[in-house]
Amino acid sequence: MSEIVTYLTFFVLAAFLGYSVITKIPATLHTPLMSGSNAITGITLVGAVVVAGSSSSTLATALGFLAVVMATVNVVGGYMVSHFMLSDFHGGGD
Amino acid sequence: MVELFSETVLSLVYLIAAILFIQGLRDMTHPRTAVRGNLTSAAGMFVAVGATVLWFEILQPEVLLGGLVVGAAIGVGLSTTVEMTEMPQLVGLFNGLGGGASALVAGAEVFQLGTANGGAIPADVGIAAAASGIVGAVTFTGSMVAAGKLHGLVTGSAIRYTGEHAVKALLLLIAVLSGVYMVVQPEVLAGLLQGSAVPSYWLLILAASVLGVMLVIPIGGADMPVVIALLNAYSGLAAAGTGFVLGNSALIIAGTLVGAAGIILTVIMCESMNRSLANVLFGGFGEAAASSEEMDEIYEGNITETSPEELDMLLDTANRVVIVPGYGMAVAQAQHAVAELSELLDENGVEVAFGIHPVAGRMPGHMNVLLAEADVPYDKMKELEEINPTFAQTDVVIVIGSNDVVNPLANTDDSSPIAGMPVLNVAEAGTVVVNKRSLSPGFSGIPNPLFAEDNCLMLFGDGQETMQEVVGQYKENH
Repeated sequence: MSEIVTYLTFFVLAAFLGYSVITKIPATLHTPLMSGSNAITGITLVGAVVVAGSSSSTLATALGFLAVVMATVNVVGGYMVSHFMLSDFHGGGD
Repeated sequence: MVELFSETVLSLVYLIAAILFIQGLRDMTHPRTAVRGNLTSAAGMFVAVGATVLWFEILQPEVLLGGLVVGAAIGVGLSTTVEMTEMPQLVGLFNGLGGGASALVAGAEVFQLGTANGGAIPADVGIAAAASGIVGAVTFTGSMVAAGKLHGLVTGSAIRYTGEHAVKALLLLIAVLSGVYMVVQPEVLAGLLQGSAVPSYWLLILAASVLGVMLVIPIGGADMPVVIALLNAYSGLAAAGTGFVLGNSALIIAGTLVGAAGIILTVIMCESMNRSLANVLFGGFGEAAASSEEMDEIYEGNITETSPEELDMLLDTANRVVIVPGYGMAVAQAQHAVAELSELLDENGVEVAFGIHPVAGRMPGHMNVLLAEADVPYDKMKELEEINPTFAQTDVVIVIGSNDVVNPLANTDDSSPIAGMPVLNVAEAGTVVVNKRSLSPGFSGIPNPLFAEDNCLMLFGDGQETMQEVVGQYKENH
């Protein structure tokens, strides 16, 4: 099986999995869901790390540096605001 | 390559990260476990990034470290200083940065491969890079415009001009053709121009960046919940596309999960307005503004004004009260006064619930986070399907800063722009008190016959001041 088919398999299965998990999330948590899933998008940081850290050309390194900064803001900021918002949610009893 | 551990181990670490992301999302299905879910997801990210740093030979550790420190400092700074009312634009901003980062990473990889192979890049990598570049760049500039609109830096109203659809179509065509050229034709220029796939990639990025601006500029402020959700989906898909470019399963799985989340939220938002996604993105909603004669015909002689004192008397005899918040509550920063009122009512044995329409506010779940910050328990926040059957048993409904989502025309007038939109049927309650600054129409531009109903009282004034007065009155008498 070629690599591209393997990756397409991941893509399709992840789409179905995401659909079934995320439809169960209540409307009250939709904002933290967005900021939290947004932070997950920062996984592109993994790619940025490789490009910034191991490129042999200056241009690629510069692009990688910029990508690392942007993705890190996304990851760190995204998880932190989600945490603050979720900490605000209290049940009826407390 | 310095091998601290084998590539198999790295792949297994990525698998663990993917499991942590999925488990984190599963924990988000209930407010009680959601904090843990977010931390689980963050742990997954830490593991994935940490293993990547350790596995690859880092030629420029200072560049990498510098990027991480700068990014983390900005992220911490923004998230610790943000006001809850500014959350929609901050979420938009973060989203855009993620999409932009994906486009840059794909670009750097195209550059590396192109330089190494005399201009040519493998077709599958080229297709993935083009897709990631277009979606990522649209996400970046589109999110910046959306955040600018939400922050008041760019006008929140829809900016439209003749031929705008042609402009958007042309920009998309340029971006796609650049992508096609990048994949099929680079060998033509090989030798003439080193890394010739690269210039067409940057043309693609340029066209897509302008396209992102043009796509969001014509969309009005109240449609931002849809735009923010859609951009969230795009940023996920851009990350997944970059995963195809790099051959990285962690990016593909995580990006696709986020893409699914964004698409689901987009669909929910559109269904909550009974509008298609195309209508939201290209429709020009709210342009058919009602004439003043039309407004007078409905309102003249039928509007009854009320006062905080009178509302206090109504609340005094009420057994059940429902509060319907809208964007106006966020603008007036009235959520703390509203929360205090609901707590006082609760202490005096009145049953209180919040009826929250899915598109109330400027992003999905906007009202819920505002109320949660003001210490309203989540079990008091009810969704539309849950609250609607209870209005008939409700004594007083307080509508604060909402308009279109309580407009009965959605149920009665098939020609209305909001026809078929699910609305909160507040008029079924004993008395409805609407706190609003004036009778001006909502985003849809149409009058609201609710205000002229016999059991509807208008409480004109700023949301925060008025609610504080009501709280003051209620405290005095209880």
